[in-house]
Amino acid sequence: MTANRARVAEHAYRIRRNALRMGEVQGQGYIAQALDIADVLAVAYFNAMRFRPEDPDWEGRDRFLLSNGHYAIALYAALIEAGIVPEEELETYGSDDSRLPMSGMASYTPGMEMSGGSLGQGLTIAVGRALGLKRKGSDAFVYTLFSDGELDEGAIWEGLMSAAHHKLDNMIAIVDVNNQQADGPSSQVMAFEPLTEKMQAFGWFTQRIDGNDLDAVIAAFDAARNHPLAQPRMIIADTLMGCGVPFLEAREKNHFIRVDAHEWQLALEALEAGRNQA
Amino acid sequence: MSTATAQKPKLKTSAMIASIAGEGQRTVAAPFGHALVKLAAERPEVVGMTADLAKYTDLHIFAQAYPERFYQMGMAEQLLMGAAAGFAHEGAMPFVTTYAVFATRRAYDFMHQTIAEDDLDVKIACALPGLTTGYGPSHQAAEDLALMRAMPGMTIIDPCDALDIEQMVPAVAEHKGPVYMRLLRGQVPLVLDEYDYKFELGKAKLVRDGRDVLVISSGIMTMRALEVAKALEADRVDVAVLHVPTIKPLDTSTILREAGRSGRLVVVAENHTTIGGLGEAIATALLTAGVTPPFRQIALPDAFLDAGALPTLHDRYGISTNVMASTIKNWLG
Repeated sequence: MTANRARVAEHAYRIRRNALRMGEVQGQGYIAQALDIADVLAVAYFNAMRFRPEDPDWEGRDRFLLSNGHYAIALYAALIEAGIVPEEELETYGSDDSRLPMSGMASYTPGMEMSGGSLGQGLTIAVGRALGLKRKGSDAFVYTLFSDGELDEGAIWEGLMSAAHHKLDNMIAIVDVNNQQADGPSSQVMAFEPLTEKMQAFGWFTQRIDGNDLDAVIAAFDAARNHPLAQPRMIIADTLMGCGVPFLEAREKNHFIRVDAHEWQLALEALEAGRNQA
Repeated sequence: MSTATAQKPKLKTSAMIASIAGEGQRTVAAPFGHALVKLAAERPEVVGMTADLAKYTDLHIFAQAYPERFYQMGMAEQLLMGAAAGFAHEGAMPFVTTYAVFATRRAYDFMHQTIAEDDLDVKIACALPGLTTGYGPSHQAAEDLALMRAMPGMTIIDPCDALDIEQMVPAVAEHKGPVYMRLLRGQVPLVLDEYDYKFELGKAKLVRDGRDVLVISSGIMTMRALEVAKALEADRVDVAVLHVPTIKPLDTSTILREAGRSGRLVVVAENHTTIGGLGEAIATALLTAGVTPPFRQIALPDAFLDAGALPTLHDRYGISTNVMASTIKNWLG
């Protein structure tokens, strides 16, 4: 294991642990998604993006737009790990007057670039941000994370088409394909495959990876940033709901998880055990 | 009658783009487009964005003058609003255009979530407001004000004529935050230059005073109200006209002052359904303040409107000058 990979893996572990600790505060939440996307967030914040923890609005930063606002617990976990949000606020998650509401909102949280919650909007905002950055002559990237469920929304396809039309080579979109949405498996709610071919046909430089294979995620982010052609970049990340906590991975209904009080400690222990094996 | 060959007025087309200018009325071409070009010269942050309707919202004037600051987003109104939000996050001031129906009905959530919630400097200019096309309900934005009034943080403007539009464009740029503007495009009537009038954001203006009736109106209905006032002079009915170009926030102090002057019938006239527009806004303001003059509404019905020629439809739904004048006369008894 390279030193860099070990460093990013440690951040991924700590992002998962932060998310579990926040979940424990409320006894429920979109925990399985936080666990599945932790590797992507670790690579984004600790191996790809430019940002200044002490100045979240620094003009030169890369922008990270969380389109799927219900993944907020995952992003908070990363923002805490990145030092943008103080760790002690973790205990306020989802509580009155907290800066960490259950659905991500830009006006509440430092480092949160958009208000999600109404799905399928992030990519459209990202298009405008990418156009705006180009107009300013900035070399910052706009990262957008959305989920396979959001592919149901028509605005996603409006955004996909326009990003290629406007040759937005400063856009890097990540689709989290965990095949789980509110009413069941995404592929059954609304079939979306073959996704790679669709994205390529829409004019995006597209990579499909195992989103929980840290080496693959690091390589994909590198390739997305360094791609030489004037086109937007897509990373399709197949992920495992609950990744890192075996008894949560095994749960069938894990779109919105309620975990019994005693299970949080078990989950943290399982995560710790997996870390020692890695 | 001496004019036995009373000619039927030539009806205008029911096509989507029908002129709202009357026969022989003075007009100005594309006032929005030209005002935006003028503004853009002073404000480098201004960009123009549209959803495949530049030519039909007068934004093509801007696109010709500033091609590098014009962004075509395709026939995709949700994308238009989301991208405008993203652009504004990066310090631009987008003026986005489409038709009022598509912005308000189709992209409501995007205006609400991506623009209004973040209080972004996006100016949304929407053509074919209210009943200004005979093309049918798909294109008739009879309920746009109701929808937009319900959106927190949204400033709403309903200009009367070319002068209003020319003055509104720099004023909304000065205002920080999102703005929804009803837009008159093409050959736009010029009316208010005859009066001592200047557009001020958030202000209602008494354009004409009168003893018997106070018409409170916005948009093209102010033009109609002024025509009605002239027509009723012959019947010795003295009509005052209070123009309310800013629907939200509403200038309640001016409205209360004028409506509180005793002895006048108060008529709210709007190019919008009776539901949720200027009439209901004013009724609420009056009742809340305990001001209760005799009160009537001239507005579109709560119905899917007919397709047809605009003059026909304006007669049918009571917002033409002639029908409005006789309606008010009947109310006076």
